[in-house]
Amino acid sequence: MKISIAALREWVEFNDTPRELGDRLTMAGFELESLTPAAPPFSGVRVAQIIEAVRHPQADKLQVCRVAIDAAGLTGEGALQIVCGAANARAGLKTALAMVGAELPGGLHIKAAKLRGVESAGMLCSAKELGLAETSEGILELPADAPLGQPLREYMSLDDTVLELAITPNRGDAMSTRGIAREVAALCGAALREPHDTPVAVDAALGAEQGVGRAMLQAAAACPRFHSRLIVDLDNTAASPLWLREQLRRAGLRSISPVVDVTNLIVHELGQPMHAYDADLLRGPPQVRFARDGETIELLDGRSVTLQSDELVIADAEGAVALAGIMGGARTAVSSATQRVLFEVAWFAPSAIAGRARRHGLTTDASQRFERGVDPQLGAMAIERASQLLQRIAGGRYSPLWCAEAATQLPPPVAVTLRHASVARLLGVDIPAEQTLGVLQRLGLRTSAASDRTASEPGAWCFDIPSHRFDLRIERDLIEEVARIWGYERIAPAPARSPQMIRSQPVVQIPEQRILDTMTARGFLEGIHFAFVDPALQSMLFPGVPVHTLANPISSELAVMRTSLWPGLIKAALDNQRRQQSRIKLCEQGVVFPVGGPETRRLAALLCGTRWPEQWGGGREAADIFDLRADLESVLSLTGDLPGFEFVVDSLSCLHPGRTARLTREGKTVGWLGELHPELVRALGFAVPPCLFEIDVDSALAVRYAAFEAPSRFPQVRRDLAFIVEENVAARTIIDAVESAKVSGFRHSFVFDVYRGAGIETGRKSVALGLILQDKDRTLTDEETDRVVARVRDALRSSCGAVFRE
Amino acid sequence: MGDLATLTRQALDEVAASTSLAALDEVRVRWLGKKGQLTEQLKSLGALPAAERPQAGARINAAKQEVETALQAAQESLARQAVEAELAAGRLDMTLPGRGESRGAVHPVTRARLRIETLFRNAGFEVASGPEIEDDFHNFEALNIPADHPARAMHDTFYFPDGRLLRTHTSPVQIRELSKGRLPLAMIMPGRVYRCDYDMTHSPMFHQVEGLVVDENVSFANLKATLQQFLQAFFEKDLRMRLRPSYFPFTEPSAEVDMSCVFCDGAGCRVCKHTGWLEIAGCGMVHPNVFKATGIDSERYTGYAFGMGIERLAMLRYGVSDLRLFFESDLRFLRQFGAA
Repeated sequence: MKISIAALREWVEFNDTPRELGDRLTMAGFELESLTPAAPPFSGVRVAQIIEAVRHPQADKLQVCRVAIDAAGLTGEGALQIVCGAANARAGLKTALAMVGAELPGGLHIKAAKLRGVESAGMLCSAKELGLAETSEGILELPADAPLGQPLREYMSLDDTVLELAITPNRGDAMSTRGIAREVAALCGAALREPHDTPVAVDAALGAEQGVGRAMLQAAAACPRFHSRLIVDLDNTAASPLWLREQLRRAGLRSISPVVDVTNLIVHELGQPMHAYDADLLRGPPQVRFARDGETIELLDGRSVTLQSDELVIADAEGAVALAGIMGGARTAVSSATQRVLFEVAWFAPSAIAGRARRHGLTTDASQRFERGVDPQLGAMAIERASQLLQRIAGGRYSPLWCAEAATQLPPPVAVTLRHASVARLLGVDIPAEQTLGVLQRLGLRTSAASDRTASEPGAWCFDIPSHRFDLRIERDLIEEVARIWGYERIAPAPARSPQMIRSQPVVQIPEQRILDTMTARGFLEGIHFAFVDPALQSMLFPGVPVHTLANPISSELAVMRTSLWPGLIKAALDNQRRQQSRIKLCEQGVVFPVGGPETRRLAALLCGTRWPEQWGGGREAADIFDLRADLESVLSLTGDLPGFEFVVDSLSCLHPGRTARLTREGKTVGWLGELHPELVRALGFAVPPCLFEIDVDSALAVRYAAFEAPSRFPQVRRDLAFIVEENVAARTIIDAVESAKVSGFRHSFVFDVYRGAGIETGRKSVALGLILQDKDRTLTDEETDRVVARVRDALRSSCGAVFRE
Repeated sequence: MGDLATLTRQALDEVAASTSLAALDEVRVRWLGKKGQLTEQLKSLGALPAAERPQAGARINAAKQEVETALQAAQESLARQAVEAELAAGRLDMTLPGRGESRGAVHPVTRARLRIETLFRNAGFEVASGPEIEDDFHNFEALNIPADHPARAMHDTFYFPDGRLLRTHTSPVQIRELSKGRLPLAMIMPGRVYRCDYDMTHSPMFHQVEGLVVDENVSFANLKATLQQFLQAFFEKDLRMRLRPSYFPFTEPSAEVDMSCVFCDGAGCRVCKHTGWLEIAGCGMVHPNVFKATGIDSERYTGYAFGMGIERLAMLRYGVSDLRLFFESDLRFLRQFGAA
């Protein structure tokens, strides 16, 4: 909302500088977004009149003008000779002259000059050259009554400042110069100066016979009041006067024609949207009704929209002529040829307008105000003021003011009770009663007659709410007003002793920090990726897995909700590969969105490249799935229950069929580990196949507290076994065979070598197994040790078909 | 007994000529061993007259002692040389970096979030979370944002065909927690949120943290204290804060929270657009309609709520200038956040 300080001063007295006023408004909830001068700095420009303009002897497009800046000049004696290239330079025109010595915006310094041999003592200026417009055709045209010689800045009040204020959605009443003036008056303790317009003289004969007239309210709850007026014999071809164009410019609006400019000014000045129809194009009096489903209307912006039955229209005998409170229709649009106009100043209920503009991708000055609430009492004043302005500019004869009204449907007066104690309780500060009352009175709230009702309740007031304040409906609304005007900054911070509540942390959850510490200690960088992913990548990785698809994605590549963290990690890895990063260790934690199930928190990692960062000390071999498995096991160990996990050989379409393990815990699948499928590696363009894991945080990482056991005080013995088994005998099978033999004195075993090649038949492998033997209560004798080893061998022979080289 | 002197000299020469401990051992055996040449000299004493024996014996022993001393000195010298040689051979370039994996890093947004969680946990707040795919009721309706409310225009919402949506703020968690009716409560609710907006300063996914305190007689003054303490603790700066009246449908009174610019301490700089202030959060007193929607008696209870963007906090704290860096997973960016 752009508000000119000069325009504001018409409404209210204040001493603040523009900056001070902006800060004051900011601290009252109207954030100052910018503060710009109405015109850039320039000097030495005066009101001047061209008294003669003749063609330049040497140049077709230039004219040599004699220009007066005072009475002497008019006689021709003291006139200045100015060469000008503008087509509209003509004798009699009042315009702006930059005198010798003038400084124009952009650092242009005006000097006496010779143009094609003719002396020029200055420059006639266009609006653009003065920084008053982005573009302009010809030199500035000033009204005939502009006083000769007056500095232009003074004449056009250009030493003005425009405040751009952000208006919050609850404050429709502040979306006008008058609305802001009302706030300034309350904030400064000044009085609002309402204009005293004399109503235009009306021609009582104008009316019924013209075929237009009082509106018909066919949806009275949505539109209970509709003011209209017919104006005939208008001259809409005239340009709007400079002062009006300047006001509009400072409000950020363009001048179009007198009729449109007047309606725009009224919206901006009073906050009352209005519309003007070309009355010759209207077929019969306006009706306010709901649209028929599928009814169409071509709007002023040229778009045709199809309506639903909850959208309010203004219609004539031939159909909709305006989308009520939003935008007029093209069929009855006012043009420069328009001579007869019907003004509409209606009141639409916010609920009848809210959301309708957005439905068609529109936001208009009218819709913004109506959906927030326009003062229902403003109509008559607005249409009178508009009529008066228009008459001054474009003449015309004016019909009586017609008012169609369904009084019972107008918003009823509202009264709200405020208890003084509630203010202190909610704000935590004691604001004396008279100040509380004073603040609300400055905002135009009057203690109501209904106060008698509440008089029995000490410390409470009942207020009549002004008709423009749609945001004041309950006690809390009034407390906010008190705080806002009294000043948030005057409420001192008061630390509260929060109620004591030590609530136990669920022991089963591993603190997130520990999971992250584990991953980062092992070299992983945590990434955060969008939860919506490329449907192409998603279905490449997880064909046939249903996904949630966004109805309005930001782009087609961010259209489906991830069911796994892998698409994000894979895309990030590829992006990094493009950034010449050859070694990638990324992890991510976040929720995924399976269809038909709850959102679940996952932890995933991707590993790709050499085992260690490139260095002198080794690790140059490619990291493989066992490196990543160790990383995963390190995280799983945080549960205190690593043996409770099992890596089951399985397959998943996006993983290498021979390098995939499903992670289970107590028989339940809790994650996957594997190397990306070679076909995907090629299709996606990975230089090195990445390894991936993903686990479900809540089920995989539930902590199990171990029953701790004192270590044996007796020596442990190690025996190594080497044997040959079939290639398909898994390490897990071997370990299980040993464990399940449950030999007393055996503690644990581990594979420390797997060999294939020379000396071993194809299809078989040699496995070296370390056995750790120890008894809790005594030292094992050699015979006992041998017996344990023999039983382990037996178990391996029978369960795994192990062949020992004796 | 010129013979003994010759032998002694010969033995000492051999000691001096030995360049290894093994050679020295040989010399010792040859001269001082059981059958060593000097030892043998003692055996010849028997052939001497008894009166000469003590003198001759003493001479021989002195010679043996002289050789023994020389041997020992040579041995020590050689041992020292051996150690020195070993040390010289074992010298490493201690300026080489350590071997193996290097440490990774936690994402700056996660770091900021965990820092926020720790600060509030220390003040007795709980940490709660809620679903990211939400329904209209929790995201809007219960938060006093009915359909067609102009405030909905401030939320560019992602929708699913069935009418559900990606939450546009963490406030729906407020509704879920308030509905449990466990009062009083003090909690923060960090999480990911989504808005259909993507440019230099907007990401379609970002993080917020919501705070909520409800009890009898919780006031706006309490809210002010909490925010001020939090901001000072988070930025470790004695910064100033101001609340500016604003509007959110789910709080009233509502405020935007400004803090003095952390880069110029309020003097005015490029980051704060020369205002000296940075907008950092939104806050207010829980609106009675929110209590109504969650079945809480607003005559008995009052509460405050606040919300802030974690990316913004992280950008200001870590000096990150471009929001998009957070979600591009550029390893060269992420690697810089390794410190604890």
